[in-house]
Amino acid sequence: MNPEFLLSAIIFLPTFGALLLALLFDSKNAEAMRLFAFATTLVTFGLTLVLWGDFQGATPGIQFEVAKQWIPTWHVYYRLGVDGISMPLVLLTGLISALAMGASWSITKHIKGYLVLFLMLETGMMGVFLSLDFFLFYVFWEVMLLPMYFLIGVWGGPRKEYAAIKFFLYTLAGSVLMLVAMLMFYFNAPEPDGRFNLIKLAEAATAGGLLSPSLQITAFVMLFIGFAIKLPAFPVHTWLPDAHVEAPTPISMILAGVLLKMGGYGIIRIAFPLCPYGAQYWAYTMVAIGVVSIIYGAFAALAQTDFKRLVAYSSVSHMGYVLLGLAVWKINENTGETIGSDYWQMGLNGAMFQMIAHGISSAGMFFMVGVIYDRVHHRDLNRFGGLMGKMPLYSGLSAGLFFAGLGLPGLCGFIGEVFVVLSTWNFNWILAVVAASGVILTAGYILWALQRVYLGAEYKGPHAEDLTPLNTREKAIASVLLVLAIVFGVYPATMINMMEPSVKAMAESVESGYQNSAKQVIQLQAQR
Amino acid sequence: MLFTELINSLLLDTTQSLPRFAVELCLSATIVLMLLMRLSGFDKLIPASLMATIGALVASVLAYKQYDALHSVAVDASSKIFTGLLIHDGFTVYFRGFLALFLLLTVALTSLTGIPDEEDGPDFYSLLFGATIGMMLMVSANNLLMLFIGVEMASVPSYAMVGFLKGRKPSSEAALKYVVYGAGAAGVMLYGISLVAGVLGTTDMSLLVSRLTSAAAGGSGGLNDPELRTVALGIMLIMVGLAFKLSLVPFHFWCPDAFEGASAEVAGFLSVASKAGAFGLLVRFALSISGAEGTGPLMISFGVGLGFIACLTTTFGNLAAYAQTNLKRLLAYSTIAHAGYMVMAVAALMVMANSPNAKALELNINQSIEGLLYYLVVYLFMNLGAFAVIAIARNYTFSEEVDSFKGLVSQSPTLCIVMLICMFSLVGMPPFGGFVGKLFIFASAFKAGETHWFMYVVVAFGALNTVFSLVYYIRVLRTMFLETRPADARPVPVPLASWESAFVVTLAVFVLLLGVLPNMMSQTANNAAQSLALFH
Repeated sequence: MNPEFLLSAIIFLPTFGALLLALLFDSKNAEAMRLFAFATTLVTFGLTLVLWGDFQGATPGIQFEVAKQWIPTWHVYYRLGVDGISMPLVLLTGLISALAMGASWSITKHIKGYLVLFLMLETGMMGVFLSLDFFLFYVFWEVMLLPMYFLIGVWGGPRKEYAAIKFFLYTLAGSVLMLVAMLMFYFNAPEPDGRFNLIKLAEAATAGGLLSPSLQITAFVMLFIGFAIKLPAFPVHTWLPDAHVEAPTPISMILAGVLLKMGGYGIIRIAFPLCPYGAQYWAYTMVAIGVVSIIYGAFAALAQTDFKRLVAYSSVSHMGYVLLGLAVWKINENTGETIGSDYWQMGLNGAMFQMIAHGISSAGMFFMVGVIYDRVHHRDLNRFGGLMGKMPLYSGLSAGLFFAGLGLPGLCGFIGEVFVVLSTWNFNWILAVVAASGVILTAGYILWALQRVYLGAEYKGPHAEDLTPLNTREKAIASVLLVLAIVFGVYPATMINMMEPSVKAMAESVESGYQNSAKQVIQLQAQR
Repeated sequence: MLFTELINSLLLDTTQSLPRFAVELCLSATIVLMLLMRLSGFDKLIPASLMATIGALVASVLAYKQYDALHSVAVDASSKIFTGLLIHDGFTVYFRGFLALFLLLTVALTSLTGIPDEEDGPDFYSLLFGATIGMMLMVSANNLLMLFIGVEMASVPSYAMVGFLKGRKPSSEAALKYVVYGAGAAGVMLYGISLVAGVLGTTDMSLLVSRLTSAAAGGSGGLNDPELRTVALGIMLIMVGLAFKLSLVPFHFWCPDAFEGASAEVAGFLSVASKAGAFGLLVRFALSISGAEGTGPLMISFGVGLGFIACLTTTFGNLAAYAQTNLKRLLAYSTIAHAGYMVMAVAALMVMANSPNAKALELNINQSIEGLLYYLVVYLFMNLGAFAVIAIARNYTFSEEVDSFKGLVSQSPTLCIVMLICMFSLVGMPPFGGFVGKLFIFASAFKAGETHWFMYVVVAFGALNTVFSLVYYIRVLRTMFLETRPADARPVPVPLASWESAFVVTLAVFVLLLGVLPNMMSQTANNAAQSLALFH
């Protein structure tokens, strides 16, 4: 298929579906609307698979690049493309959207509005991962906020309005900082026509010709705060437990499965390549933030009595590994050369893999929590127990997904964590030890939760009579996620082979970008 | 010069000027016609709103024709008309078109919502058209006297329109407040004009730069020079007058009261049209005093001062809007905040136009004007959309309180979705037009930061305020979408297939189009900016 068409179709097919849904369907026919929306997400996922089929995994760099003038007076382009960094995330988005839509049968209120907003959200997510123009990226980044606000605010739990506005405000504050950074690049770009072109800007930064070192430090902070809010990293993570807990199950799946990845993706796609000097300048800070997020998230998860809040805090902890893996970039202060570039690349690959793995396992965990919440209408960990006897299949699938989150070898969570912790050793062995000890805490809260929910003699909480076995739809969703968790755990090369060339190219250009900027610093000091 | 020669040259000048004044003449003719028809009782046959619609439509077409005619010559073609009192260039025509279009939309809205009633139609539309003519004079002023006349001609009908809901006490109170403040501001501005004209010896705005250059020659170029000090004082006072029209802090006190007292239609008109006129004039005035040799630092400090006022205005407007329970009052504060954003563009313009390397920044200066003009167009649609939704809902609920919109989405989803689009655009979220406009303005303010560091602070304030503003806009949306409609609330049945819906949906579509396909409008705005021909 024509790549130009394919990429645009992946982005805009959901919106097109939403339009048809809004105009053609009768709002009383809920089943038809659900099926139609589900079909739309399935076709979109199919298109991402087609894209994967055409994708050359072994070549680094952008493939299927599309560029059309959009606002010529401001050098804005409609520029799309994929590389090994965005391809896995596009696949993940397609998959999780389809599965979350499958989980949306539990939504009964204002179903038409829900489905329309859901599909618009998918357009925004796909757009973020596929756009290579900063302006376009920013537009899609913001486009997601609007549907998300209403999806949480209308269909959420008891404190939905508070959670929705908090999510909105945090993200908007971050994106406004990103906007200012965007202006910095715009006015410092060497090529007038490449002012918003992320690839051209990255090339300029590699040559040391984009921002001066001191500006890079400022710009990086602005970008990083924007992305760290989305990631979320300590201390700007506080929106996440509220949003995740209040959101309806499918939206929690999307939030944890896809939206959090945008933070990591933004760091690796924009912040690092465009500000190599700034990235290195703040490397230690980022590593520290990553480690604190891991430990803090794990301790916070240990303290929860709400099942969903526990899973939410586990996301903070797991995404800490992503930040840690991205940031373990060590240089020799005297020469500006990277020490153990291979280790850093391993950390980057680990972080990328962790994003995919977390996308699968946390979406699965939220789904499993949602399944039980639909039946007994509470999430209090202390009032569960004995589910193994009543719902054996459900408990088995849950255990598998929770072990994937725990990082059990053979399941997807293990690979990312190991890669990241190993590469951290090269950076600073004390921090590596601290990060690794986070795994013990993770095991602690997950095993404890499993014990309290699934084990025990019998279920004594409310609505015991409603503990019916999984229906086919629920079985299918859970099985798909568990199968993927096992496949990625046993054979991670499916993803890593695709990421590695692009990650390597990115790391090398960032390294030389740092060296070129560092030379400028030395020259400046010599002049003084 | 012989008397006949004088007469002949005046005659020639007038006959050449009149075609270029066609839009204003068309509006004047409509006023006269409407009033005459009432005298002769014809208004029973043809309602005044129809006359007004036709008049505004013809004016829009004429403005478009003028735009075409100018562009067939050159982008920066310009001519002075009426012995140099007015200037006719792309910038003027852009605003003429803008104001005529807005007039058309306002007339359409008023005939949909039924304010004014049949009886008062001719009076109301005469005032509306008269104010618009005044605004058109403001944006084409080339003389300090015309500046004053334009402002007054736009203001006086506005006072009357604010008080148009006769018998309503808040309306009369609002009108009185507006008149008193307005008269004070006008006096201050006139004093400023007399100072500038007295020292520089001319009221012709195109001569101000050369007179300023000679006034600064030999002296220090700063405030130690008594001549320049007087001129600076005059400029400041003129800007105070304009700041009153723009409702900039600390000259904003009239705005919330006037908006609350006036009907939503009039408030919508004032918030867009009178701001647009004042911005056109401010740009002309700022350019007429920019670029004089020796006064660079002084004028940059004026630009920075404007930037400071802009920061104050946006922050104050957004924070004050938090506490409002009346929608018109809330939008009044939002108008104040938006005036602040737009002043950022003028501040950037003044800073860059007076920087030592102004010539190299010509492109950026044009872009700052482009940003302002683009924002005004977006602002027209999004603000009028918001006011239109309020006016339409008011006709059913008889209330303009935020609470009267509770759960409205269950009854009139169309109105609510339009409100959503307008409000998110007001926040500055893509893919709506407000984002593009805001980005253009922030970009030019950021560029001006290279000349004076304070402009970076201005950008920071602008960005910060975007986040502030979200809270109160979304409070309105939350009321409309997330709450349930109380059982005793008056129903608002506005289906999709109704004239009201068609009107607001059209506005919303434009808000969206300006965000998704900004190219055509931004090019047009850029042409208008180029027509000011800064360095030619």
